[in-house]
Amino acid sequence: MSTDIAEAAPPAGRRRRFSQLSRNDKLVLLVMVGVPAFLHIVLVWIPAILTGVLSFMEWDNVTPISSAEFVGFRNYWQIFTIFDNQLFPALFNNMVLIVWLFLCSAVGIGLAYLLDKNLRGTRFYQSTYYFPVVLSVAVVGFIWKSVMFGRETGLLNMIWPGEPIDFVGDQTKIFEIQFPFLDFPLGLSRNFAALLLAMAWRHIGYIMVLYLAGLKSFDPSLREAASIDGCTEWQTFRRVVFPGLKPINVVVAVITVIEALRAYDIVAALSEPRGTEVMGTLVTNSLTGEGGGRVGIGSAYGMVLFLLCIGFIIWYVVNNFREHES
Amino acid sequence: MSGNYESSPSPSEVGFSLVSRRTLLAGAAAVGGAVVLAACGDDSEGSEGTSGGTETTAAGGGGDTGEVSFGSNYSDEKPKAAMQAALDATGLSVKVNTVDHNTYQEQFNTYIQQPDDVVCWFAGYRMRAFAGKGVVGDISDVWEGLGDMSDGFKNASTGLDGKQYFVPFYFYPWAIHYRRSLFEEKGYEVPTTWDDLLALCEKMKADGITPFSAANDGGWPQMGMFDMINLRTNGYDFHVSLMGGKESWTDDKVKKVFENWSTILDYYQPDVNGRTWQDAATALGNKETGMYLLGTFVTSNFDPATDPAAQEIIDDIDFFAFPEIDPAHGQDAVEAPIDGFMMAKSPKNDAGARALLGALGAAASIDAYLAVDPSSVAANSAAKTDGYSALQKKSAELVGSAKYIAQFLDRDTDPDFAAKVVGKALQDFLSDPTTIDTVLATVEEQKQTYTFE
Repeated sequence: MSTDIAEAAPPAGRRRRFSQLSRNDKLVLLVMVGVPAFLHIVLVWIPAILTGVLSFMEWDNVTPISSAEFVGFRNYWQIFTIFDNQLFPALFNNMVLIVWLFLCSAVGIGLAYLLDKNLRGTRFYQSTYYFPVVLSVAVVGFIWKSVMFGRETGLLNMIWPGEPIDFVGDQTKIFEIQFPFLDFPLGLSRNFAALLLAMAWRHIGYIMVLYLAGLKSFDPSLREAASIDGCTEWQTFRRVVFPGLKPINVVVAVITVIEALRAYDIVAALSEPRGTEVMGTLVTNSLTGEGGGRVGIGSAYGMVLFLLCIGFIIWYVVNNFREHES
Repeated sequence: MSGNYESSPSPSEVGFSLVSRRTLLAGAAAVGGAVVLAACGDDSEGSEGTSGGTETTAAGGGGDTGEVSFGSNYSDEKPKAAMQAALDATGLSVKVNTVDHNTYQEQFNTYIQQPDDVVCWFAGYRMRAFAGKGVVGDISDVWEGLGDMSDGFKNASTGLDGKQYFVPFYFYPWAIHYRRSLFEEKGYEVPTTWDDLLALCEKMKADGITPFSAANDGGWPQMGMFDMINLRTNGYDFHVSLMGGKESWTDDKVKKVFENWSTILDYYQPDVNGRTWQDAATALGNKETGMYLLGTFVTSNFDPATDPAAQEIIDDIDFFAFPEIDPAHGQDAVEAPIDGFMMAKSPKNDAGARALLGALGAAASIDAYLAVDPSSVAANSAAKTDGYSALQKKSAELVGSAKYIAQFLDRDTDPDFAAKVVGKALQDFLSDPTTIDTVLATVEEQKQTYTFE
């Protein structure tokens, strides 16, 4: 769509476009772009930069900020070497989440594609799958903790025939990977695996609705053309529909990564037993609450998370620009 | 949840009453979106002060002291009314500033920089940390008028410099709970030594009863077990010194604690880490398990309003002090989180603040408090006890006679260190007791990054 505009505008359009705008237009533009930009800078970038500054300081959050001391990279050194048994499992869990949520997104897309076929009872299925999304993530956590996971009274353990399973507290690893730079193995603990189930329950419905909206706007004639050309169902989806919905795919990818990196509420709702730590909980726990006397360490965790996010954003923006150029 | 580690419940949150406290969790969830508190939230213009005229002053009150501002976290309806009654009983003119108790605790770091004259807080390290930072006032002179407080309470109110910074109000103790009827039925005796305890566990096991109810969801309940075994094995002084960061966690003394602990782990309910304290309490109520080390709030799991059998269970629950391990220490220490008050470093009304603290420490104000909300046990030994239940009377005796009162691990040391380092280590230990050496080495390494008061 954007290419149309670019072609329509003559090469020397820059000056002309300016003159086409009335003073009123300019004012509106200034307000509409300027105000959000200003808010964005004040509410997002300044705190982010201050967090960066704080991550090089030691401050107990009680005495005035002027008593904060500059400690160089000490906080980073501490979280990477001394608190390595918290940082690396958290990073690992976030990575597991990215992979897992992409799988869930694929399932969500599959469901959306099926439901788009106007099966009988589509609406029923849609609302069923979408239902968990209506709940706040913290509530999802509480539901799973009390209703599903309970060792003595949980639904899953009532169905399960063998010895009861401790879904919340069992931190033994399902698989382990030994990294050369660590003196302990990283792996997926059983309680985090259980947590992944709860997250999938919510994420699949979310992606499904998003994709369904995209499918509704998809030009049916393209699909017809594909079937006239003798495409199978899978080929139609793989070669026509999926590439045709690229904007939605990008949104889904972005949402999936963001959800994986910012995971926090559901872990906190399950009272964050050992084995389920994610970056979000490490940051929050160091910065807030009565124990929030470790501003430097918390900020350092925050910066690690920030760099992960920014890495992804840069990759995304670069990719986007490259495509626009070609 | 609002980003906090869960911590052991404060006496103001869990009483002895029969009122259900299931709302605890839901309440925590509700604060999720809690609004940022501007220094002091809703001004409840509670007290017009002088309900009986300023002239009638209570113990320690000094005539015309003017208005004192009072920062209160007694935000629930009943405690709020009870606190108002206690303040009225002091006969002083008090301006109350009530803030939701979860918010209060979270924002305390900020709040204490510009506090009211008198503020509500907790005893032990949590008081000492602020005393050490010099943000609260020395009230040793107030303590001269507090003759009815036992030494245990005085120790718990004393900063590292030997001065007092805290006035205790009420508390609840931790002890081993059991069902009296089960012990009678099976002919079990209350154990007073470690060997007795182990023998009793064997007997229970033979009878098909799991000896210990055990929970650790939230990471705090098992801290109580660590505290008690450490207090009995190594004594109160070592415990305080370990909590204050002055002892090594790789010391043989600490290893001995975990050795002792390992011997009773066999008698625990399986899968400790995922169980909530409520579920473990239910098992005790059902006589599936024989004993349960928890605060006296264990009875709040049973709600007569929803379950007709609950009242019988509540009346049947009794407790005993943790058995002796080393005769050198006997059973001299008890664990009992205390709630009370501190004074601002430079209160606007200094004389008034001191008068108020003295009056709040006197028996008259806690009596007035308990008349409205009888769910607590007074710290002051002269307080009226006729309204107490059997469990409350026993608690008052247990703690009143104790030489040392510990405050619970997450109140006796840096809260961040407690939750993030020790709490996680205990979870690791309980998940696999054989890893204890690595676990303790990690605690010691991570401890070095904290500055203790």
